Amino acid sequence: MYQLIVFLPLLGFLIAGIFGPWIGARGAEYVTSALLGVCCVLSWIAFVMVAGGADAHVQIANWFTSGKVVADWALRIDTLTVVMFVVVTTVSFLVHVYSIGYMSEDPSQPRFFAFLSLFTFAMLMLVTADNLVQLFFGWEGVGLMSYLLVGFWYEKPAPNAAAIKAFVVNRVGDFGFSLGIYLTYQLTGSIAFDQVFAAAPGLAGKTVHFIGFNWDAVTLACLLLFMGAMGKSAQFLLHTWLPDAMEGPTPVSSLIHAATMVTAGVFMVARLSPLFEMSPVALSVVTIVGGTTAFFAATIAGVQMDIKKVVAYSTCSQLGYMFVGLGVGGYSLGVFHLFTHAFFKGLLFLCCGSVITAMHHEQDMRAMGGLRKELPVTFWTMMAGALALSAVGIPFTSIGFAGFVSKDPIIEAAFVSHRFGAMYAFWCADIAAGLTAFYTWRLMFMTFFGKRGDWSASLPAKAHDDHGHDEHAVRESPLVMLVPLAVLALGAIFAGMAFRYLFIGAGHDAFWRSSLYLGQENDILERMETAPWLVSASPTLAVLIGAGIAYYMYMVDRTAPRRLASGFPGLYRFLIHKWYFDELYDFLFVRPAFAIGRLFWKGGDGAIIDGFGPDGVSARVLDVTRNAVRLQTGYVYHYAFAMLLGAAALTTWYLFGGVTQ
Amino acid sequence: MQADVFFFWILAPLLVVSAFAVIVAKNPVHSVLFLILSFVCAAGLFLLMGAEFLAMILVVVYVGAVAVLFLFVVMLLDVDFTRMRQGFVEYLPQGLLIALVVAIELIYVVSGLGPSQRAAAAATPEGMLSNTAALGEVLYTRYFYFFQAAGMILLTAMIGAIVLTLHHKPGVKRQDIGAQVARDPKTSVEVRKVPSRAGI
Amino acid sequence: MGIGLANYLGLAAIVFTIGIAGIILNHKNIIIILMSVELILLAVNINLIAFSTYSGDLTGQAFALFILTVAAAEAAIGLAILVAYYRNRGSIAVEDINSLKG
Repeated sequence: MYQLIVFLPLLGFLIAGIFGPWIGARGAEYVTSALLGVCCVLSWIAFVMVAGGADAHVQIANWFTSGKVVADWALRIDTLTVVMFVVVTTVSFLVHVYSIGYMSEDPSQPRFFAFLSLFTFAMLMLVTADNLVQLFFGWEGVGLMSYLLVGFWYEKPAPNAAAIKAFVVNRVGDFGFSLGIYLTYQLTGSIAFDQVFAAAPGLAGKTVHFIGFNWDAVTLACLLLFMGAMGKSAQFLLHTWLPDAMEGPTPVSSLIHAATMVTAGVFMVARLSPLFEMSPVALSVVTIVGGTTAFFAATIAGVQMDIKKVVAYSTCSQLGYMFVGLGVGGYSLGVFHLFTHAFFKGLLFLCCGSVITAMHHEQDMRAMGGLRKELPVTFWTMMAGALALSAVGIPFTSIGFAGFVSKDPIIEAAFVSHRFGAMYAFWCADIAAGLTAFYTWRLMFMTFFGKRGDWSASLPAKAHDDHGHDEHAVRESPLVMLVPLAVLALGAIFAGMAFRYLFIGAGHDAFWRSSLYLGQENDILERMETAPWLVSASPTLAVLIGAGIAYYMYMVDRTAPRRLASGFPGLYRFLIHKWYFDELYDFLFVRPAFAIGRLFWKGGDGAIIDGFGPDGVSARVLDVTRNAVRLQTGYVYHYAFAMLLGAAALTTWYLFGGVTQ
Repeated sequence: MQADVFFFWILAPLLVVSAFAVIVAKNPVHSVLFLILSFVCAAGLFLLMGAEFLAMILVVVYVGAVAVLFLFVVMLLDVDFTRMRQGFVEYLPQGLLIALVVAIELIYVVSGLGPSQRAAAAATPEGMLSNTAALGEVLYTRYFYFFQAAGMILLTAMIGAIVLTLHHKPGVKRQDIGAQVARDPKTSVEVRKVPSRAGI
Repeated sequence: MGIGLANYLGLAAIVFTIGIAGIILNHKNIIIILMSVELILLAVNINLIAFSTYSGDLTGQAFALFILTVAAAEAAIGLAILVAYYRNRGSIAVEDINSLKG
């Protein structure tokens, strides 16, 4: 059964990819969606089975054996795996169905669905990996699919650039990740998880010499592996690709950049919990990076005008929360937030897509307003997502929307943790909770409330894009797009409460068993309950403050945003320019890289290799010919002179060289 | 002995100077005349060396025939004097260099021979034939084939010169012996019946 | 000091050089070239006679005779060519002989 779950999407990809032209768009859609539907059902069955205690290990084949390195294709089925199964296949199936409606006017639908299925396959390979190399295969696979899907509309320049940016930034992270794999292999002599985890406790205290310093071996390995997670999950410093990736179609954003690919980093850290538990330093780094990301992305989300960009930065911020959860030792906290986040963020992206389609591909929020009357279903489902995201719930209880149930424990855990950097992460996360509420409700108010044209005074003038639609009719999306929204909305409302017991509640030991390793001193889940009441209430307070500010600025006094922005022009510009990271990286890396490339291209390849090679040879030949031609003057006189010269030269030669006998 | 040296040191410089003058003279007629002077000096030197036959042949053939031929041709061709002077200096360095190189090499070779063994050994020791007779002895026996070949060369040259320059002017009547000899009655005689007392 | 072989050889060398210089440095007309060739041949003759004298072998003189013959023939032909050329071109300036120029 597990093989089916993993390989059915691959089959879908092959059918839609190879036979796309013959079965047509409809055929591709139905085949891939159906196969993924089967996958989804099987995943939930597997979830129930494994939650009940049936771990599994399915060996498929040997990939390669080189010396002592043995890499197998094997499926490791434990709790963590099936949690990811559920997340990936459910969201993927719903996105497939949704795309039937969203991409209905696109000319290359078979390609799209094939890519979606192939992505799902790669993600599933990643989560079922039994060794680091197979994990890396899945890792790279999802990176590739992200490139292909972000750049799906490759005829336009912006998606191409965004796809390349995503891939290159990921690559930076992957560089660290591969170094981490090599180091792990060197330390433990194997890349299979079973052996690595068994050897992990024995690595405590070992040091390794790297770039002139002596590092604690496990710390270095974990840091390098985390570098990969930073790239894949768009954490602070390697985050620049995520907003640009919004150039891809909205279903892609929902599937890849909300629910699945970006969570691969979180999954990886959770999967490697035995290793990470050996290194407090690495976990501190994870916490600090996560906290910083949560705060910084939330600040930028508050000033974005493109509806998808707001949600993208929100994703970045929520991923920071997940890493905070992981970093303080609460691996199940991080994974639980991953689980709920997949539902409500996937929902939010799909709702954005619905709004965008209704607005005839207009993505700027300043052109929207008052849509709740025209798009009722979209409005209510998005409301569910917004409530989940801004973590609305009743404090001191576990009653609330999904985000509340999973995010508040993380904040509490950050407070009580003794780890270095946890208090910093607590403050970041707490303030970010308020900012999250602010930007979420800002989005809702600008898009759905008020009237159309409330904000269009600050719209930049742009060319009118005629899609052949009736420009002024805003219609609700078709049913095929609304049903997934409804399903996800249910998840956003209830997933938190329904699964809390299993994931982080009293039943978590029996649920997770050995899939998440907890060190001896790791009792964070228990101590979390002992947080002071103010700490437990603070996120909700922050949410109320944030939502209140948003309400005031975007509903009550609509001139407030303008006044605030002009009151702090430097800060506003800083935020609008995304903390100037793109400019900084452009200066530090892109320009030198281009300069080096140009140097090698023009100077190296052009001047030296071409100069000495083909171009040079041909130019020299021409030179020689041109000079040789000068000998052919046509003057007999010159020819006689040449003969004389030759005679004199020969004489000289024999005179001094001697005539051999 | 003294006469040898004396005459050598008159004739040799004279030869060199006139050779130089051949190539330097503006007027081609002057060049030819200087060439003749060179030949005469050389003939004198040959006499000094005892090769009197060759000396005379030099004068008769070279001066009398070849140089005169040169003179005829120079006079025949309408040469423009003013255009002649240009271009001399242009190639002077290279030409001089080559000439110097050759000269130095030749002298280098020559100097390796050491001091002379005998001064002007007579090619006609006492009791032997005269130079001409001795030459004849050698020429018609050992070098007979070369002699005949030389004759062939001369024949070829003669024919060649005529072929190259013979130029029949149109409109000049001349005898065509071949046609004359090959005449037959059909082309030259016409038989007419002449009635008596009437005439043609 | 007596007149030795070296004297004659040196003399011949100088005349030879002058002949070569005449070919190279001549820009006036072709006849000078032909005359320079005659000078060269003259130098060779001097050499041959000198060697013949100083080694007592008459071969040198016989050879010089042949060279004389050939030189005469060659001068005749050369001048015939020159005349024919002059008739066709109307000039014997060295610069004008450039119809081989590509």
